[in-house]
Amino acid sequence: MNSVAVVAAASLSMSTSEQFLFWIVGSIVVLAALALLFSKRAVVTACAVMVTMVGLAFLYVGLDAPFLGVVQVVVYTGAIMMLFVFVIMLVGVDISDSFVETIRGQRWIGALLGAGLLVVLVGAALRAAVPGFNGLDEVDEGNNPRAVAKILFRDYPFTLEITGCLLIIAAVGAVVMTHRDRLTKAVRQGDLAAMRIKHGVQVTPPPAPGVYARHNAADVPAVDPDGKAIEASVASVLRMRGQVSRLNGLTQDLLPAAVPEAGRTVGAPALPGPAADEPAADLAEPEVAAPAADAAPAPAETPAAEPAPPAAATSGAEPAKPAKPAKPAKAAKPGKAPKAAKPDEPATLEPAQPDPPGEEPKGGDAK
Amino acid sequence: MTVTAYLILASVLFTIGATTVLVRRNAIVMFMGVELMLNAANLAFLAFSRMYGTLDGQLAAFFVMVVAAAEVVVGLAIIVSLFRTRRTVSVDDESLMRH
Repeated sequence: MNSVAVVAAASLSMSTSEQFLFWIVGSIVVLAALALLFSKRAVVTACAVMVTMVGLAFLYVGLDAPFLGVVQVVVYTGAIMMLFVFVIMLVGVDISDSFVETIRGQRWIGALLGAGLLVVLVGAALRAAVPGFNGLDEVDEGNNPRAVAKILFRDYPFTLEITGCLLIIAAVGAVVMTHRDRLTKAVRQGDLAAMRIKHGVQVTPPPAPGVYARHNAADVPAVDPDGKAIEASVASVLRMRGQVSRLNGLTQDLLPAAVPEAGRTVGAPALPGPAADEPAADLAEPEVAAPAADAAPAPAETPAAEPAPPAAATSGAEPAKPAKPAKPAKAAKPGKAPKAAKPDEPATLEPAQPDPPGEEPKGGDAK
Repeated sequence: MTVTAYLILASVLFTIGATTVLVRRNAIVMFMGVELMLNAANLAFLAFSRMYGTLDGQLAAFFVMVVAAAEVVVGLAIIVSLFRTRRTVSVDDESLMRH
């Protein structure tokens, strides 16, 4: 290494601007990388790793490797991390790591081993007698990609060809591994419709989320004529993540605190304007709730709300909260196939999404 | 503040990646830890390349990136096919290398 001997005092240490870059970007990189250890959601982790990769690209450019900096952005953030995010989408965005240990003390042992590795590596880095930076200016001749290409095609042509083979093999291997032969007949739209009718599943499209003029957000369930939330109107991904806005909590802020919620039609107080406080006053005694609800006419909802209160008032003198998940299943989805028993929230998820019964019972779970 | 700073940063990143592989059980997150370890090695490669004043370290980092791309393709394909058969990506549940 005669070049090391020539090192001189030229660029032995980092310049001030490079130190600035190193400390700022380096701390960002490390902080983002820590999300790998501490973030529960895989998507958050992927985004943090993207930040890490871009920061590392900055550091590469600072290390006189602008070509590799660009390649880092293109390959890592553009291709690899996008592939990760794509796979997370395929596998399901709701997957998150369970921090329950199957091997006892595994996390602490892992953390201990990591700390030991850190000590060894940093110790080796500190003890190594490294000279200062020699700089790549005379090798690059002002054009780093050209210099890299020269060396690549002059000194490493065989390695280049082997990596080309590797890439082709990897692509073919990925296709082979993820390809799946169709073992059953393809289920088409006509078959799905026939199956829905045969099994008594709801044939029409599911109700759209949102409640009239007041709430039209995608996470607010629709309201059936009884004033109960229709959980199936919210997208299944939101339900799986538990991000459905509870209709009870939603209308709580509109009702006075003293009002018992039993048997109330949610639609009437949820409406904006003067109708909101009128039914609240006479709801103090729940027996007269039925005529009172008629007396407070809900302008946007009158055809739906009129027949509802008698049924709701008779059945709902007791607190209506536990009855809510069961009611929409009966009222809105009569013969819903009892699939989709998700593990976390069985009560709220009871009405299944209308498309799974079409596809899943046939051949979905059979591996 | 010489190449040592970059080496220490690379060590820290490598340690985070390795600890991720040891601690986390989500296969995708573990895989990202592997990617982070590769990047830490690349950072050390580039620092050494600049230290020696030759471009061979950059070539090594370039090949590492190529291999990492191939590895990610195959690894994610494995994860997807595992998820299809097992309905999970937790490595705790995938203790058998067969159906």
